[in-house]
Amino acid sequence: MRENKFTETHFRREKRQDSVSSRDAGKSKGDKFLPDRRTFLAGAASLLGTIAVNSCTWQEFFQNNFRRMSKKEIEHTVQRLQAEYKKKYGKEFVVGSEAPLDATLFGYGLDIQRCIGCRRCVYGCVEENNLSRDPQIQYIRVLRFKDGNMDLEQSTIYYDPEEVPEKGYYYMPVQCQHCANAPCTKVCPVQATWTEPDGIVVVDYNWCIGCRYCMAACPYMGRWFNFTDPTIPKDQVNPNTHYLGNRPRMRNVVEKCTFCIQRVRNGVYPKCVEVCPVGARKFGNLLDPNSEISIIIRTKRVFRLKEELNTQPKFYYFFAT
Amino acid sequence: MPRSGFIVETGRRLITGEPIYYFWMTLLAVLAIIGIASYVKQLQVGLIATGMQNYVSWGLYIGNFTFLVGVAAAAVLLIIPAYVYDFGPIKEIVIVGEALAVSALLMCLMFVTADLGRPDRFWHLIPGLGILSLPRSLLAWDIVVLNGYLLLNLAIPGYLLWKAYHDRPVNMRFILPFILLSIPWAVSIHTVTAFIYNGLAARPFWNASILAPRFLASAFCSGPALVILLYQLVRNYTKFHVKDEALFKIAEMIAIAMAINLFLLGAEFFKELYSDTHHLAPLQYLYKGLHGKGMFVPWIWTALAFNVTAFVIFLIPATRKNFATLNLGCVLIIVGIWIEKGMGLIIPGFIPAPLGEVWEYVPTTVEILVSMGIWSIGLLILTVILKIILPIETGEFRKEGPGQGQVHAGLGP
Repeated sequence: MRENKFTETHFRREKRQDSVSSRDAGKSKGDKFLPDRRTFLAGAASLLGTIAVNSCTWQEFFQNNFRRMSKKEIEHTVQRLQAEYKKKYGKEFVVGSEAPLDATLFGYGLDIQRCIGCRRCVYGCVEENNLSRDPQIQYIRVLRFKDGNMDLEQSTIYYDPEEVPEKGYYYMPVQCQHCANAPCTKVCPVQATWTEPDGIVVVDYNWCIGCRYCMAACPYMGRWFNFTDPTIPKDQVNPNTHYLGNRPRMRNVVEKCTFCIQRVRNGVYPKCVEVCPVGARKFGNLLDPNSEISIIIRTKRVFRLKEELNTQPKFYYFFAT
Repeated sequence: MPRSGFIVETGRRLITGEPIYYFWMTLLAVLAIIGIASYVKQLQVGLIATGMQNYVSWGLYIGNFTFLVGVAAAAVLLIIPAYVYDFGPIKEIVIVGEALAVSALLMCLMFVTADLGRPDRFWHLIPGLGILSLPRSLLAWDIVVLNGYLLLNLAIPGYLLWKAYHDRPVNMRFILPFILLSIPWAVSIHTVTAFIYNGLAARPFWNASILAPRFLASAFCSGPALVILLYQLVRNYTKFHVKDEALFKIAEMIAIAMAINLFLLGAEFFKELYSDTHHLAPLQYLYKGLHGKGMFVPWIWTALAFNVTAFVIFLIPATRKNFATLNLGCVLIIVGIWIEKGMGLIIPGFIPAPLGEVWEYVPTTVEILVSMGIWSIGLLILTVILKIILPIETGEFRKEGPGQGQVHAGLGP
C-alpha cells in the first residue's frame, strides 16, 4: 500500500462538462438494454469472426485471479490488455493497478434535498467508465418519488419532463452502495468479486464466470451484466483506466460502480461527484474525521437505503438543509 | 469371455431394438442436435440470445435446473422404504430410480452450464486450479453436493450391476453404508439448492424459511411420479418385472408429499396475505398480476389446479389403484410441479425488482430449443442406461450368458 495522500484537499475537480442539458437528460428512457434482436442475429455471422479473434489467446484463458497475481504477472497482464485495447480502439490506454491507499475507507454522501433529477451523473458515469452504449448500461438509476412517501415500488426511473426538478416530486439516485457487509461478494462461487481494503467493491472481469448469482443477491440493483459484447464508440472511449475499474469489459461478465477507482485512487473525485451541477454528491475518507463525508455523517441527518437488511452501505443519503 | 465382451455386447444391445426404439432415439437425437445448434447460436451472440435481462437475470435454464434437482433427489424416497424398512417390491425399483437420478443430475449440470455466461472459464471452479469459494458461496456448496450425489448414484448401481453381471453375491456390508449415505445426501442436494435462493435477503419471495421444506415436499411428488410412469414403460417394453403393489405404494407416498406441499403453500399464503406487507408483491405478481403485468398468472393457476387434482386422485384408493387415473395423476403432478418449482419459483423472485420495477421475462426460442435439447440429451442418456442395466437386472445380460431371475429377492416372472 502507498502512503495516504488522500484527504479532501487532494481532490481535484476536472472542468465540468455541461454538454448534457436537462432536457436531453430527461429524454433517456433509461434501460433499454435489450436491443433489436434481429439486428443481433443478423450480425451473428460477422460476430463469429470477432469471436475467433477475441476469444482468448491462451494467456487470457489462463489469466489468474487478480488477487493471486504477483507484481510481475500484473505487469504482464496490464501490458497485454493495453495492447489489446489499443488494437481495438486505436488509442493508447493506461490500465492502472494502483493499490488501495493506506488508512482510507471511501464513503459517499448524497443530498436528497439538493438532487434535481437531471441525470448528469448518469451520463457522466457512462462516459467515464466506458459503459456499453448498446446494449445500454448505466450504473446510476435516478428514482423519482412523489412527495410524501419513499415507497420504492411507487417510484419510477422513467420520467421525462421538459424541465427538472418537477413540482411535487423528489429524486433519489441509486448505485452500488459499497456495502461493508456485502451480500454480492459473499455469494460469488469463484471469488471474482470482493471488497478492497479501501472499501471499494470490485469485480475481476477476467475471473467472473457469468453465473449472475451476485445480481440476484444485490438489494440495490447495483450490478449489471454484459449480455453481449459491449459497444463504445471509438472516439468516446476513455483510455485512462484501472484493471478493477473502467477498462473495457467483455461479454457475459458482471460489472458495477467502483466509485471510479481509476480516479479516486489518484486523488480525483468520482465522475458523478464532479458533474453534479448542484453539489448534491459528496465523497471522501470515512477514516478521516475532518473529511467532508465524516462531517456530514456527524452533523446532518443521514440514512442508508434498506438498513434493515444489515448490508451496512458506505453510501449515505442525507438532508443538508 | 474376455473383458471386451462386455463392451461389444453393450454395443450390440444398444443398436438392436424394436422399431419404436429406433424412432424414439432418432427423435431425441434430432431434438438434441437442434438444441446444440441453438446453444452454438447463444455462444455466438452472448446471453442476449435469451430472454434474461438485468431485472430477471435467471430464467428457463435455472427453473429447469431447480426442478431436475428435485427429480434427482427423489431417488431417496425409493431408497428409504426399500432398504430401511425392507419393503421388497420397491427394492427392485431402486436401480431404475438411481438411473433416473443420474440422468436428472447430468441434465442439471447441462442446464447450469447453458446458463453460465463464461463456460470457457469453467476451470475457475475447480479447487486448486481455480477458486471454489467454500464455505461462503452456496453455489459452490451446490457444486460439491451435486457432483458427490452423482458419484454415489453411479457407484451404487454400478457395483450392484457389476456383481450381477458376474453372477457374484453382493457384499451388503460393503455397499450398505453408501446406500445409507445417499439418503441424507439426496436431502442435502435439494436443501442446498433451496438455500441458494433462500439466503438472499434481497429477494423476499425466496427469503422465507419454508422454502427448503417446500422444495423437498414437491420433489417427493414429481420425482416418484416420473418413476411410476417410467416403470410402466419399462415393464411394457422389457422383460423387467415390477409389481403393481410397488407402484401403488409409491403413489401413496406421493399423496402424503403432496399434502405436505399444499399445506406449506397454504402456510405461505396465510403469512403473506394476512400480514399484507410489501413482501406480498411477488406472490401477487404470480397469482394475480402486478401493475398490469401478469403473464405468469394462467400458468401458476394451472399448476395449482393440476396439483390439487392429482392430490385427490392419489388420495382415493380407487383412483390410485386404477392405471388410467394413476397415470393421469402422474402427468398432472409432473407438469404442475415443473411450473411451480421451475419458473414459478425463479421468476417471481425477480419481480418486482429490488428497486420496485416490474419487468417481465419471456424465454426466447433459442432458450426453449436449448432446454428441449438438454431434456432430449438427458432422456437419451436415461434410455441408454436402462437399455444396458435392465437386461443385467433381469439376468439376460450376463458374463456367462443368460442367468435366471432378477437380481433382488427372486421376484422374477
